[in-house]
Amino acid sequence: MCTTCGCSTGQTRINGKTIQSLHLEKPIQFRPLRHSNTRDHTPSLPIKNNCASETLASGAGITTAHAPGMSQARMIKIERDILERNNQYANENRRFLSKQNILALNLLSSPGSGKTTLLVNTIQILRNKLPITVIEGDQQTDHDAARIRETGISATQINTGKGCHLDAFMVQQAMQQISPQQNSLLFIENVGNLVCPSNFDLGEAYKIVILSVTEGEDKPLKYPDMFHAADLMLLNKCDLLPYLSFDVDLAIEYAHHIHPGLPVIQISAMQGSGMQVWIDWIEANRLALPSTVQYKT
Amino acid sequence: MHELSLAENLLQIIEETATEHQLTKVKTVWLEIGKLACVEQGSLRFYFDVITQDSIARQAKLEIIEIAGQAVCTQCSRSSLIASYYEACSHCGSYNTLKVTQGREMKIKELEAE
Repeated sequence: MCTTCGCSTGQTRINGKTIQSLHLEKPIQFRPLRHSNTRDHTPSLPIKNNCASETLASGAGITTAHAPGMSQARMIKIERDILERNNQYANENRRFLSKQNILALNLLSSPGSGKTTLLVNTIQILRNKLPITVIEGDQQTDHDAARIRETGISATQINTGKGCHLDAFMVQQAMQQISPQQNSLLFIENVGNLVCPSNFDLGEAYKIVILSVTEGEDKPLKYPDMFHAADLMLLNKCDLLPYLSFDVDLAIEYAHHIHPGLPVIQISAMQGSGMQVWIDWIEANRLALPSTVQYKT
Repeated sequence: MHELSLAENLLQIIEETATEHQLTKVKTVWLEIGKLACVEQGSLRFYFDVITQDSIARQAKLEIIEIAGQAVCTQCSRSSLIASYYEACSHCGSYNTLKVTQGREMKIKELEAE
């Protein structure tokens, strides 16, 4: 089993081809201590190290010598971010995107909020203005990439298997396959999930959370990490408001409780309302490149 | 669910450290997890036990030091301790004005090892 996401080994696929996953390196096997004259099954004596750095071996510390009955327990300072590896790949991605003057947008939402429809309709508006590429993330199938490709745009599908989010390594592999052009726009449609993807920096310029009015107004309160991490909220399916009891002001108020000042654009990807405001937001941020991308780490 | 990812990343760092310092057994792992970090501690402990089973950190104890959430109010400029993003400033009572300054940490601090 893949120990990162619980999938069978090597279930992460890009365009159907298995990729070497970031998290599948073989673990070091447990190596039991060899019995010797100086070590036996006695309780260990941990030695606290108050020094600012590195290690204190018991042989050089309080026990001084490798006396029989004394264990070799020692304290090792690490001070590393648990997601350091992902963040290194994310920074590499960000450097590449910045150098190529590519605006990368990470689209995040629960399943069914209309991410792919939004993408298809955004592409229809922008396709003659600038080069666009798309990385699609789903657990299974390449249905979304196929929908994007129908617009004539290159799309790479990452299937995460049982995985619940995209990570920066997967995106790096996908970018190598799709080779986005200079001065282009890259959309990354994350796995539909309002929890896990919020933790994983992909190297994008902005995280965009999509909330649809067919969901509850209190989604920002229920999934605060995502709304706190987002740089922009799109409130989608607004054409359905007359048929629903969704309170737009309350939803925005909740979003602002979690993330003061979070910009919100009300749209209907299907009917087109608000789409021009969204397009203007993209254009404005593309023109602001590369400074915004370069310095946002 | 992503706690499994976090546990695996943790094991990778432990294994790198074990190679570097020629360790044979990791006994305790200290983490710092912010109160506002998107981490379910029970879930992280469970997955850590599962993935370390055949590793150098087999049966290692996971000690989690919780870091309090802290935010500065953009209205009154004072600092408050917070347990969630949905909180008012404890000084001036303003909503929608808190800027988080601490509490999102997810760090591996230290190992006790042989």
